[in-house]
Amino acid sequence: MAKFFAVTIIVIAILSAIPILRHTWVAPEDISTHGALIDEQMSETMAEAGISFLAAQFVLSFFIWKFSNPGPNAKIKNFPGGAKGLVIAALLVVGLEVMALGIFGVKAWANVYLTAPSADAMPIQVQAGQFAFYFRYPGPDGKFGSIHPELINEGSQNFFGLDPEHDVDSRDDIVAAEMAIPVNKEIHLLMHAKDVGHSFYVRELRVQQDFVPGLDVSLHFTATKVGKYEIVCTQLCGLGHYNMKAYLEVMSQQDFDDWLKKEAAMQ
Amino acid sequence: MATTIHQPPQIDPRRLPDQGQSGNGGWRNLVPADGDLRVALDYSPPPSSTAIWVVLFAITMMFAALTSALIVRKGSSLDWKTFTLPSILYFNTLLLLASSVTLEVSRRRVAHFMGGMKSQVEDPARWLYITLFLGLLFVGGQYVAWSQLRAEGLYLATNPSSSFFYLLTAIHALHVLGGLGGLIYVIRKMSKSALLRSQLVATARYWHFMGILWLYLLLLLWVKL
Amino acid sequence: MHDVAAHAAHHAPPTSFIRKHVFSLDHKVIGKQYYALALVAALSGMVLSWFMRIHLAWTNAAIPGLQLLSKTGAPGGVMTPEYYLQLMTMHGTIMVFFVLTTAPFAAFGNFFLPIQVGAEDMPFPRFNMMSFWVTFTAFLVLMSSFVLGDGPTLGGWTQYAPLNAVGSVAGPGQGLGVVLWATSIGLFCVGQLLGSLNFITTTLDLRVKGMSLLRLPLTAWAWFITSCMGLTAFAVLMPACILVILDHVAGTSFFVASNLVINDQVQPHSGGSTLLWQHLFWFFGHPEVYIAIVPGLGIVSHILITNMRKPMLSHRTLIYSMGALAVLSYMVYGHHMFVSGMNPFSSLAFSFPTLVITIPSTIIVLVQVFSLYGSKLRINSASLFSLGFISMFVAGGVSGFFLAQPSIDIMLHATYFVVGHFHLVMGVAAMFGIFAGTYFWFPKMTGRMMNETLGKIHFWLSFVGAYCIFMPFHYLGMAGNVRRYSTFVDDFLQPLIPVHRFITVAALITGAAQLIFLYNLIHSRFWGKPAPDNPWEATSLEWSTATPPPFDNFGGKHPVVYHDPYQYGVESSVGDYLMQTSQEQVETEHDEK
Repeated sequence: MAKFFAVTIIVIAILSAIPILRHTWVAPEDISTHGALIDEQMSETMAEAGISFLAAQFVLSFFIWKFSNPGPNAKIKNFPGGAKGLVIAALLVVGLEVMALGIFGVKAWANVYLTAPSADAMPIQVQAGQFAFYFRYPGPDGKFGSIHPELINEGSQNFFGLDPEHDVDSRDDIVAAEMAIPVNKEIHLLMHAKDVGHSFYVRELRVQQDFVPGLDVSLHFTATKVGKYEIVCTQLCGLGHYNMKAYLEVMSQQDFDDWLKKEAAMQ
Repeated sequence: MATTIHQPPQIDPRRLPDQGQSGNGGWRNLVPADGDLRVALDYSPPPSSTAIWVVLFAITMMFAALTSALIVRKGSSLDWKTFTLPSILYFNTLLLLASSVTLEVSRRRVAHFMGGMKSQVEDPARWLYITLFLGLLFVGGQYVAWSQLRAEGLYLATNPSSSFFYLLTAIHALHVLGGLGGLIYVIRKMSKSALLRSQLVATARYWHFMGILWLYLLLLLWVKL
Repeated sequence: MHDVAAHAAHHAPPTSFIRKHVFSLDHKVIGKQYYALALVAALSGMVLSWFMRIHLAWTNAAIPGLQLLSKTGAPGGVMTPEYYLQLMTMHGTIMVFFVLTTAPFAAFGNFFLPIQVGAEDMPFPRFNMMSFWVTFTAFLVLMSSFVLGDGPTLGGWTQYAPLNAVGSVAGPGQGLGVVLWATSIGLFCVGQLLGSLNFITTTLDLRVKGMSLLRLPLTAWAWFITSCMGLTAFAVLMPACILVILDHVAGTSFFVASNLVINDQVQPHSGGSTLLWQHLFWFFGHPEVYIAIVPGLGIVSHILITNMRKPMLSHRTLIYSMGALAVLSYMVYGHHMFVSGMNPFSSLAFSFPTLVITIPSTIIVLVQVFSLYGSKLRINSASLFSLGFISMFVAGGVSGFFLAQPSIDIMLHATYFVVGHFHLVMGVAAMFGIFAGTYFWFPKMTGRMMNETLGKIHFWLSFVGAYCIFMPFHYLGMAGNVRRYSTFVDDFLQPLIPVHRFITVAALITGAAQLIFLYNLIHSRFWGKPAPDNPWEATSLEWSTATPPPFDNFGGKHPVVYHDPYQYGVESSVGDYLMQTSQEQVETEHDEK
């Protein structure tokens, strides 16, 4: 049975590795300007994790094969070098490996989170609430009107609780149920939580960020490819969590301007 | 199978557990055979001693969590309203500190008694009762403080600052009541001559800790509220 | 020795049924009670997982009988989205608390720690009994949420704010369900604190003559380290539960921010901090997962040594590594919060200790694996599960490399990658530790042997089955499959549904295999072959006493320890091992290093 077990471990290890090596299920194509570094981190980590995984399973399997059910004359031996060699190997190999991953990964993280949006990034506000995303564009005046929580009314589609009668800035705000952005233009996404925690995740854009009720959070990114992508909520927010999504449409600048004009007319 | 061990087992005295030289935890291994409590205490700490440190550590962690909750909550929003602490709190503080003093007096007299001066059991008991009384006064005084705050319109949910005030003082008071329970236990054991010195020491440590904890909480509330 | 007896609260053997089996002060009975609780919890949690998996694979399927559990949650047996989340929350809560913290630590630890140090019982048996009954009450309170109000809370075992505090406006189960959850978990914390108290004092103060700290078996060290972690972690979760209950019943706003609007109503809370809950919870939550695994590391090492007939390459290294895991576990908790809105510099700060914590884990695995070299490995159910533990722990651990890096976490946070990671380490490896411990110690606990054939079948189905279930989770995560979805409606998730169906089938088969274990447990308990005192030819103190141990563990005698815990591979009068209590002196190459 021991030998069969050893073989099983190897078979499982190899079978587990196959979908990875064949890229059967992978993240979709990167359409962001910062995503390349993330994908590179992912590949490097996969290589290191993969090698560690396979090596460990193989060694385990080999030792089970070799040292189980010993004959009557077998003698107990210790691995040469004892624990000391192993500890040093762990400290050096794993230690250096993780430090390298950590240090090189800082840049990928910093590009998204530790840099400020550029001055001409286009601001868009997104509000997450049970169970939909709504997007708001500031309109020609470039200013967002204030949110009046007590005026929020789903029935009358006043999702942001705007008060155009008294609040001048909100008169030209454009509210939409999908997010359209021009390609190759930096977006400054202002994230507002209406009720509980939610999250904004677009796989192709390589962004994920939680909404925090009571806190102003923001993201900035640039999309490099025209297309339609899904924004999904990834922070458990209630029974409709599975259904909470919106579409992100990346368009040419011309198409975007047209779209915005159309949306403005529908307000 | 070939073996060198067919003679009767011989205990090589050099290979017996260390007598404390090589740091193998030696002194903990020696337990006197005759069960003399007072001698044994010098060799291996009774579990009550270790236990009380464990308990105090857990209580510290809990109040550390509440402290960080207070700090975060205060910084997360602009709705924190400070208020003056009811002045009876300072009087209560004196009561609690006094009770620590009386408990120490009692503990030392019990130590004397356990050292063989049998006739003195009444004296330490009296000091224990005084400690108990002071402790009850403290809890009563805390209740008065709460009443005073309520009279000012500050309830648990009125403001985050009042929330934390009630929360911290109430949890502390609950633990003080637990300590009073411990004192009652000690008094009963003493009256039956069944008290272990370690139990009294543990109870005393707990009680003093309640005082130190209270001083800390008072400072925290005074600074933050 | 006699003051040890005095300090172990020398109590007379119980006579009444209630005192013997219900309100028992005997740590062995308490250990078995914990085991029974964990067993019931594990079965409940497993059945819940079946419901979840069936729903995920075939969303509109009617699960026969489910409507009996909840008419509103599963009308006609078809699960509603909210009920899926409620079952999911209960699955996680039951498994993490009432199985993974209870069985490896409270059940085996209570039974064996006092015996392994040579004591008659723990120093505070009444607190010990209280700890079990408080934990049991906590379980009842939690389970009551199935039948009270509008069902259990649906916020996940992590119960994030403000969903956990705004009340039933946010969804079914979010009113009474949350209060019951928080009460249950608060009680659970109290129970575990009382347990940790006993474990720590037993380990430090009740060791018999000759039992120095370094002569303690690895299981004793694992339980000691775990109880230290528990002391810190549970003492932080408990006040967090109190705060959330207050937000519900007292109108406070610890966690609920201002101006939240639900159903067009502005909520009557203000100023609370959403992230405060996450900080408090994960400060507990990360050590908690190490509480779940460290006893398993100890148990598996202990069992492997016995079955390899040689000690590990370095006893001390394993102890220090487990200690390092415990210490580091407090510095890493922010890796659950990389994209939470916390300061992004903090995310970087947390990622470095998270990466570093791989080092002690690696050392432990390396020592365990390379100790196999030159061993005389015996294959039985206990050793199979122990070896399987190593394989699973490695598989689950390497996915940690990904999740430890904030930049990669952007893609993998809240996906099935995370779910695969923690299920492999907790749901499989830690469970394998429990199984291994059961097969190994069942003879000592009950006086009977378990059926080896059934044990092996159980192992094979579980080992292969668990990989079939949880390895694909990683692929799903890499493709972006978001977690905690009751149904997969998004375009990009459609191609992944067949994978989910495969997983569900594997889960149902593997789950059924666990019934073999259950049968084996029950059948062997009553009709198993009588077990000798030391069926595994093992060395630690539990094997030097009768099977099952008498009321005071050593029959009135006080053992004296003469040897290190793992004297195997020697030539003694009894075989290739020397029990710790044996007075023989032999040449050993493997003195404790």
